[in-house]
Amino acid sequence: MRKQFECVPYGDTAVLVNFTNKIDPKVNSAVHSFSAVISNEKIEGIVETIPAYSSLTIIYDPKLIDFSTIVEKLNKLHTQCGKQTSHFSSIKIPILYGGEYGPDLHFVAKYHHISIEEVIKIHASAEYLVYMIGFTPGFAYLGGMSEKIATPRLESPRKSVPAGSVGIGDKQTGIYSIESPGGWRIIGRTPLELFNTKKDPPTLLKPGDKVRFVPISKKEYEQQLKKWQN
Amino acid sequence: MAKLIVKSGGLFTTIQDLGRYGYQKYGIPPSGAMDGFALQVSNLLVGNKRNESALEITSAGFSAIFEGECEIAITGADLSATLNGKMMMPWQSFHIQDGDILKFEKIKSGFRAYLSVSGGFDIPKILGSKSTYVRAKIGGHYGRKLRNGDEIALKSKNLLVFHGTKIPSHMIPTYSNHVRVVLGPESDRFSKTEIEKFFSSTYRLTAQSDRMGYRLNGPTLRAKDGKHDILSNGMIIGAIQVPPDGNPIVMMSDHPTVGGYVKISTVISADIPSLAQLKPGDKLSFEHVTLGEARKAYLHMQKTLDLLETHIKKKPKVFFIKIGEKLYKVKVRAR
Repeated sequence: MRKQFECVPYGDTAVLVNFTNKIDPKVNSAVHSFSAVISNEKIEGIVETIPAYSSLTIIYDPKLIDFSTIVEKLNKLHTQCGKQTSHFSSIKIPILYGGEYGPDLHFVAKYHHISIEEVIKIHASAEYLVYMIGFTPGFAYLGGMSEKIATPRLESPRKSVPAGSVGIGDKQTGIYSIESPGGWRIIGRTPLELFNTKKDPPTLLKPGDKVRFVPISKKEYEQQLKKWQN
Repeated sequence: MAKLIVKSGGLFTTIQDLGRYGYQKYGIPPSGAMDGFALQVSNLLVGNKRNESALEITSAGFSAIFEGECEIAITGADLSATLNGKMMMPWQSFHIQDGDILKFEKIKSGFRAYLSVSGGFDIPKILGSKSTYVRAKIGGHYGRKLRNGDEIALKSKNLLVFHGTKIPSHMIPTYSNHVRVVLGPESDRFSKTEIEKFFSSTYRLTAQSDRMGYRLNGPTLRAKDGKHDILSNGMIIGAIQVPPDGNPIVMMSDHPTVGGYVKISTVISADIPSLAQLKPGDKLSFEHVTLGEARKAYLHMQKTLDLLETHIKKKPKVFFIKIGEKLYKVKVRAR
């Protein structure tokens, strides 16, 4: 398949760069690398970038730069990059599976006719890629989950999902960074603080980061929660 | 220290500046004044930097009392503001004295007014901005809209400068309910007929329209093969999403940072202030312009702001200087 790289105008203040149109870790990694390259270049007039599954939105100030100049620069940077490795973090996320912290774990196991232990084993054995952050500040969409535990979303979303909840939404898994409504199947919760506006960047996870889940006990959960709350 | 005490919070009043940029990759929308032009002008009128925080007052009903002296200006919507019961004209600055009462009585035109105070509001910046983002309780006054009894301190100034300025009437913007868009980024997902329908139709803002987005009602639009879903991509202010029900949604300041529906076109940045002044029930229609025309309109808006800034700086200023218990009034003109 041909690798796609196409710049289209998006209003008079943005360029949408479309990569190959699919949810794929290689495509998504290319998006994050390109986003990092653009940040490093510090091109005058570029305000910020929004990486997503297979695209990068680049916001600019039309007073300082115009569409064709940006596209010219982007095409040049694209041919130059590729071999560059960007620095993304690998983060271990402690998680308490099941019980009141993961009210849908039981459903996920039943849905696939496997045991709860099996679901935990599958979920905690993979390495995930932060495809993008959105929906709410800090909500991380993670790619790389085994299809063995892919589960449809709730038919009607919960009005409130606590911060730290880890859910499954179809083929993806994700972490709710702040309390919000939500329709994903909640299988556990992390005691880590995922969103704090006093920090810069304000989120623990960044697009392009790698994530692993580490099962913990309720006692460990409470100890870790206390650590940052005090 | 001077402060503003809210007597009635009104429908939806928040503190906003020009927005929080650089954090959309972390899921944080830009927020900021919906009518960025009016915000900048109200700040210039009281001698503030263009990006200073001001109150964004939605609809009539807001009222406040001032403690101490300052200068204020109101721009944007004309919500029939009164000062101690006396009519106040928008787009000019006023000298406020201790105990003055400001009220926004009823909508005359527009929907969102901006109230700037000299020096700005004394609140902390969160991630580089004072803008309120209510959904995540970020910024502004404890991350929420203002309520009765709230007290907001103004940045104290030793020297009170009174600009007493109004802007030339030809520079007051004429807000329109016919806005310009550029095609993209997913216009090609609609047939020519559907695109033509979009440009020839009149839509209405539904009651589900707020700082996040405007939900429109009118002729529904169908994407090719009925496929309205796309892989989620970044969102910007002015982007017009069309979900499967065919009713367009225009993204506004508190928009989600990513979205998964096709976008038929995007409102140009120079016409966002016009959008900001629409209220639920108002009519709205769209016109197609080129990217070049959009950029020209944006540059024209920036030039108007530059001219205003020069105009205001040239005007003679009145300084109030307190020496001991006596207050002296000094008029100074730039040479």
